[in-house]
Amino acid sequence: MKVAKQPRYVNEEKCTACGVCAIYCPVSVPDPYDENLSHRKAIHISYTQAAPSSYAVDPNNCLFLNRQECKQCTRTCQAEAIDFDQRPEILSYDVGALILSPGFSSFNPSRSGSYNYPDSPNIVTGKEFERICCASGPYVGKILRPSDLKRPDKIAIIQCVGSRDKTSGNPYCSSVCCKYAVKDAIVALEHEPDLDITIFFMDMRMYGKGFDVFHERAKAGGVKFVRSRVSNIKENPETRNLALKYAAEDGSLREDTYNLVVLANGLEAPQGNSTLALATGTRLNRYGFCETSLFSPLDTSREGIFVAGAFQGPKAIPDSVIQAGGSAASAAELLTSARGTLVTEKEFPEERTDPDESPKIGVFVCHCGKNIGGVVDVHEVKKYAETLPDVVTVEDNLYSCSQDTQVLIRDTIIEHKLNRIVVAACTPRTHEPLFQDTNREAGLNKCLVEMVNIRDQCSWVHMHEKDAATRKAKDLIRMAVAKASLIEPLPEPIVKVSPKGMIIGGGLSGMTAALSLARQGFECYLIERSLELGGNLRHTYFTLEGPDPQEYLDQFIREVRNHDNIHLFSDASIEKIEGFVGNFKTVLSFGDAENRKRVEIEHGIIIIATGAKPFEPDEYLYGSHEKVLIQQTLEKKLALQEIDAGTLNHIVMIQCVGSRDETHRYCSSICCGQAIKNALKIKELNPETEVTILYRDVMTYGFNEDFYDLARDKGVMFIRYEPDQRPRVEDLDGKLRLTVRSPLMKEDLVLDPDLLVLSTAMVPHENRTLVEQLAVPLSSDQFFLESHAQLKPVDSYVDGIYLCGMAQFPKPIDERIAQAKAAASKAAILLAKGYVKTEPIVSSCNTDKCIGCGLCEYFCPYSAIRITKMGKLKKAEVISAACKGCGVCASYCPTRAIDMGRFTDDQITAQIRAFGEKH
Amino acid sequence: MVVGGGIAGIQASTDLADAGFYVYLVESSSAIGGVMAALDKTFPTNDCSI
Repeated sequence: MKVAKQPRYVNEEKCTACGVCAIYCPVSVPDPYDENLSHRKAIHISYTQAAPSSYAVDPNNCLFLNRQECKQCTRTCQAEAIDFDQRPEILSYDVGALILSPGFSSFNPSRSGSYNYPDSPNIVTGKEFERICCASGPYVGKILRPSDLKRPDKIAIIQCVGSRDKTSGNPYCSSVCCKYAVKDAIVALEHEPDLDITIFFMDMRMYGKGFDVFHERAKAGGVKFVRSRVSNIKENPETRNLALKYAAEDGSLREDTYNLVVLANGLEAPQGNSTLALATGTRLNRYGFCETSLFSPLDTSREGIFVAGAFQGPKAIPDSVIQAGGSAASAAELLTSARGTLVTEKEFPEERTDPDESPKIGVFVCHCGKNIGGVVDVHEVKKYAETLPDVVTVEDNLYSCSQDTQVLIRDTIIEHKLNRIVVAACTPRTHEPLFQDTNREAGLNKCLVEMVNIRDQCSWVHMHEKDAATRKAKDLIRMAVAKASLIEPLPEPIVKVSPKGMIIGGGLSGMTAALSLARQGFECYLIERSLELGGNLRHTYFTLEGPDPQEYLDQFIREVRNHDNIHLFSDASIEKIEGFVGNFKTVLSFGDAENRKRVEIEHGIIIIATGAKPFEPDEYLYGSHEKVLIQQTLEKKLALQEIDAGTLNHIVMIQCVGSRDETHRYCSSICCGQAIKNALKIKELNPETEVTILYRDVMTYGFNEDFYDLARDKGVMFIRYEPDQRPRVEDLDGKLRLTVRSPLMKEDLVLDPDLLVLSTAMVPHENRTLVEQLAVPLSSDQFFLESHAQLKPVDSYVDGIYLCGMAQFPKPIDERIAQAKAAASKAAILLAKGYVKTEPIVSSCNTDKCIGCGLCEYFCPYSAIRITKMGKLKKAEVISAACKGCGVCASYCPTRAIDMGRFTDDQITAQIRAFGEKH
Repeated sequence: MVVGGGIAGIQASTDLADAGFYVYLVESSSAIGGVMAALDKTFPTNDCSI
């Protein structure tokens, strides 16, 4: 690969990101990081926590580079990091695989002429509004409008700007705008609870896990939703307010005035897409995104080159993360023989140990830009912390998480010979590992850091009570310091990982995960409850996109069956499953009832791919009238020619049956696509058959919008219904009669279909064994719960157990494949490493105090503590690798024989005592 | 080699590096992070994007 490297004109090795250069730089230009709502200098850093943590010269605006004058930065930089001798370089690399992840561009709303975006500063894009809401943004988190920096009491958010709009050139749906608009509305209301916010939309596409509930939360919070496409926005030159013209659903023309308008602009193919495609020899699709196919969503048109993120098609953060993991697995499959040949593990200096040393505590208080600093008086907190016992030094940092602050903390630990640190910043949930690593780099055990969450617990919850927030920050820090003086270094037990995987579920996702692991060189067991592999894909006979699923499935099953690394157990059930990360043991039974065999297998990881199934409703005469079917049955009957489309006059489909209501509160993401797929099939078989789809919001996101357009072109009728006015169906002497209230015409429509087809929710299978024996948690919708909605979409809460496919949430074929590969990617990391370090927050038992009563064993939810015989006595023994550090055992122990690492009784008591002390 | 250092590129790179492969991450701007680094908060926990 040849890469053109542009000069930065700053030596990254020397630059300390102190920022003096930017103070002296005389050129001020609009800051693209803040969507040009604020200014930066010609020498700049994108954002404070940027990596690499080094300034760069903007060659378009630098006086020296353009006019050979100035060089203020060179004169003021103490580190002598400025280097105007740098020249563009062409660098050459030999690589075995390439992943393209150039992202997307935002639609420029100037192209939607009637919205007059260029004419008014108070019409902003989604990203501009994002910066306006941000505490580190141009208005430090105050919701203000650009023209006069006053609070906009009335805000309109307009959906589908440059999306689902042929005139803009983008007929496809950008997939993310509905979601980010709802998020923006909720965030804005958190800043200013009495804002009046209206979202103008065509369909609220809140598909996917948790989003429909989020939508309901916005409604309950007072956000107004108006189903309409705004036709025109005009600024009043005096007030600079904005008049919106739109047609209400009943056809009446309306006009309303707002103080600020947010255009939820869509996503386009990234700039430079053609150059990239040309340079890499890959093809683009009709919209300029990377060309992929339904069953190979990670492969570009050229072997060895993969795609990740929004370049494959507009997608949100979790889907980008999933695709990235998937493409990493694809690359790893290709490069298996090179694994481990070019890398070495990061090494840390040896840990300092001196058990008799008295505590020397360093406290680091974070401003988090204005996030904490705007509410909590950080300087006062710093002065206060200096007075606390055992505290040797206190620093305050603009962003404690930035790379340069990490260096500063490390150096401070070494300089002051600190042996414990307290970081008063944000949540340990996301940032503790970072500070633990910093500790290790300074030669301290990772457990010698204590975090205080003065962001969530002080500046966020007490946003409007600055004094109280500052007092509380002091209290929390005093408590943390008291605890820190008692914390101790703890070892990280190392557990060997059995180098095999077990995949539960032999549908598309399970097979994909198994094959990826197998291709990466790992043996795995694939467990399928039925006789046949294939899961839901067995009942999929055609696809919107074209490829034949049965043909793909046959060939795929052959490959899975023939791979030496895959051991398949079909007609199998899991009798017992136990163990912990790296060391699971599963007892399976398999084979027919008479010759049922049992086998015990050992494996290091588990991938859950147990899938989902269509919900069978008890409404709309389903089960009692033979002409009422669910979509999956219709598809099968069409494919097997059990239904003759030629004899049908009218088919009606009802969407959201048992979905987005009290039965199942979520949108299953795939039912609208499936209904349109079947509708198009019927139109193909007999264009004369009338097809009517009764819907709430059509969820054909991404490029599938094209098929929604196509269905309307082919004459498929779409009639919307309100959730509180659902269609009614009657049996009139064997004939079906349907009545539905049209919100558009405000009247009842009566339909007499030959067939009524219900698009029902996808619901998870029962997974009692996993939930009960391994304590893998489920989310409120009963699908398996991922450990972080955005950033860890394939990790379960239990180490070594990964999730993919519809077991995590219903999703279309390409997304299932990507997620299965992402799960295989994560699992392979563990299998390749061969060992795992377990968290030191585990329980330990003092056998002198233990009376062997067994309460801890009884209550432990993870089977991580057991009673064993030690000599003649019974004592509790902790299995550290299985322990999740929940502390249940310690709280039940009648003799206080059990302590939790990092949360001992002594430490917590000291913390509580410190709370009672005076300031 | 991973081309583009937004959330997808970073994730692909770290997955590959953790799995024992040497990775070149190529980014056209002066810092990695992409669009996500400019987002205020993320669904549904309102965690900070950084």
